[in-house]
Amino acid sequence: MSLDYENDGELHAKLIEEVLAQYPDKFAKRRKKHLSVAADAGTEEIEGEAQAVTECDVKSNIKSIPGVMTIRGCAYAGSKGVVWGPIKDMVHISHGPVGCGQYSWSQRRNYYIGNTGIDTFVTMQFTSDFQERDIVFGGDKKLERIIDEIENLFPLANGISIQSECPIGLIGDDIEAVSKKKAKEHDTTIVPVRCEGFRGVSQSLGHHIANDAIRDWVFDKKEREVVTTPYDVNVIGDYNIGGDAWASRILLEKIGLRVVGNWSGDATLAEVENAVHAKLNLIHCYRSMNYICRHMEEKYDIPWMEYNFFGPSQIAMSLRKIAKHYGPEIEAKAEAVIAKYQPLVDKVIAKYGPRLKGKKVMLYVGGLRPRHVVNAYEDLGMEIAGTGYEFAHNDDYQRTGHYVKKGTLIYDDVTGYELEKFIEKVRPDLVGSGIKEKYPVQKMGIPFRQMHSWDYSGPYHGYDGFAIFARDMDLAINNPVWDLFDAPWAATDAPLAAAAE
Amino acid sequence: MAKLRQIAFYGKGGIGKSTTSQNTLAALVEMGQKILIVGCDPKADSTRLILNTKLQDTVLHLAAEAGSVEDLEIEDVMKIGYKGIKCTESGGPEPGVGCAGRGVITAINFLEENGAYDDVDYVSYDVLGDVVCGGFAMPIRENKAQEIYIVMSGEMMALYAANNIAKGILKYAHSGGVRLGGLICNERKTDKELELAEALAARLGCKLIHFVPRDNIVQHAELRRQTVIQYSPDSQQAKEYRELARKIHENSGKGVIPTPITMEELEDMLIEFGIMKTEEQQLAELQAKEAAAG
Repeated sequence: MSLDYENDGELHAKLIEEVLAQYPDKFAKRRKKHLSVAADAGTEEIEGEAQAVTECDVKSNIKSIPGVMTIRGCAYAGSKGVVWGPIKDMVHISHGPVGCGQYSWSQRRNYYIGNTGIDTFVTMQFTSDFQERDIVFGGDKKLERIIDEIENLFPLANGISIQSECPIGLIGDDIEAVSKKKAKEHDTTIVPVRCEGFRGVSQSLGHHIANDAIRDWVFDKKEREVVTTPYDVNVIGDYNIGGDAWASRILLEKIGLRVVGNWSGDATLAEVENAVHAKLNLIHCYRSMNYICRHMEEKYDIPWMEYNFFGPSQIAMSLRKIAKHYGPEIEAKAEAVIAKYQPLVDKVIAKYGPRLKGKKVMLYVGGLRPRHVVNAYEDLGMEIAGTGYEFAHNDDYQRTGHYVKKGTLIYDDVTGYELEKFIEKVRPDLVGSGIKEKYPVQKMGIPFRQMHSWDYSGPYHGYDGFAIFARDMDLAINNPVWDLFDAPWAATDAPLAAAAE
Repeated sequence: MAKLRQIAFYGKGGIGKSTTSQNTLAALVEMGQKILIVGCDPKADSTRLILNTKLQDTVLHLAAEAGSVEDLEIEDVMKIGYKGIKCTESGGPEPGVGCAGRGVITAINFLEENGAYDDVDYVSYDVLGDVVCGGFAMPIRENKAQEIYIVMSGEMMALYAANNIAKGILKYAHSGGVRLGGLICNERKTDKELELAEALAARLGCKLIHFVPRDNIVQHAELRRQTVIQYSPDSQQAKEYRELARKIHENSGKGVIPTPITMEELEDMLIEFGIMKTEEQQLAELQAKEAAAG
């Protein structure tokens, strides 16, 4: 957190005015509340809490307006794609017409260990493939048959979740009754999840519904002897994109903790069931899993703590914060771990720092990354000019104030038009967002990295991840291709004959 | 061949839509019209009096057995009944599951695409009592029924329902071109029934097509799974239905865009006819009762 800079707040405020001016009045009024420039935080200090650097509250978690090309997903995406899908030893049925399952096939690069199709099923697609007949007559019988088939074909599956697509809610199928009946019959765990896509304003409600399904259909369902230690922790909200959770886990284990559950990247159903016996919940993605942590705190008296494993300054800060919870012994180990990795960090920064220093970045991502990766960039000498979330709530923007500098452009549920204009006018050196944004941005001549999937790379968490992160950003920004996109006719002495050959 | 005429019968549940429509169609076929009945009710009871059978196999049940509607042939789902009337039933799921509305849409599309509408003069839709969703509005949407006949009686709820259906017709009258053919009053022997029916027709801006008197012979015929026309062709009731059929036949192209009234207007009308009491009357009665008791 050493980097000291300020963004051009005046320019950013002007940009907001410019995009709003293009909208009809009524719509401009609504969008205005979602756009802002990070301002000085109030001086009021709250006892025991870290001081926010800036204030970047905007209105959030509100219905998108049709036609604006929102980048958001739906409740099914939040449940199947984010929370449930990575649980590897369960079969997740995309219940409804084939498209939702088909287009989310292969999941989100949630790496896992296991034999796919034998004891793990993450990258497989299971769908009830609804036909007209199933809509008219209801699909409960078909669902029963599918469950029977899964039990028969995949005896090592430890459970089944039913991820509702829109029509299931419209025709009123009773998937809860089917789940209860079949769970009893096959003596297994079957979880119905009411994550119909039309519910809520974004994938965020899907996360919440998925959390609630864990609470209602998984917790306290099985009697099991569990050996516990005082150092048992759950890592909550690490989806193991490109191996993130593995790069995080080794750090936690090295400071003397026992990671008994990782939700939900590379997770088993047993990890979810046993989570209630842990002594501490460590949340990485607050947005998608704070609900279940609050429940565990309330019902099982398990405290929770947020942490951030992106970039060395945040990793060190988080390790110290976690260690403080346990006392001197763990604190000493944490210091040893930080010291051990310092040479690696120094080497990475020495190599890439000079190539990346002062480069401007704009981000537009999902749950935690619009704020969590800020310091990782700053550790490399890069600056964050703008950031925004697809589906954040108020508490996410409050937390963002701890990360971004004054004058940073803030955009909530950004529209296609706004994002394009902001990028065009700010002209950052790098944009970090998703696959839909990648190619338009590159066509504008601006380097891009996908910050949902790590652009088929990763991990980015932990010290090991930081090295990969630094390399990837350098690859994107300093790629020689960016010197080659001048129009050939604009060149003064173009070798025309060579081109004709 | 004359231009295909499509009509539909709507009305409150249990009002006698199916009975009235089948009797009317039996009379129409006697007049030499070629008729197709499309039952749009999961109960599938729109053709039993014509076919003299219990219940016919429905499009959707056969489709479910065969796999999908694409696996069906029109012969599988169309039965020939009284004097050559072609009969089909959309069918639908058992109560409480699935989506019956989607079923109606599927069935009607199947029938249209597979030539069920070829070589007939009349297509008659008999629709479930309450238009609960878009599926059951299918027959009044674009290029389906041109005229809607609302079966009603002098009962308050039947009048409410008739007015509500008129609202539905009004909605689609502008986008599609459907018209209200008129009201058919199926006598329940309530107070001032004919006057009330005529008054409502006047308010809606349509005709009271016919007042069908109550006659137990309808029950006798129904028990034998027959229309009155078939069971007792010379009875007075059979004449009534022939009269209704003639009026509907002559009503071609004379449908109107209805002018449904508000709830308040409807209640005022009922008060006017002494069916419903004003609040003052109710209060006075209550006080009188209390005085008597005291």
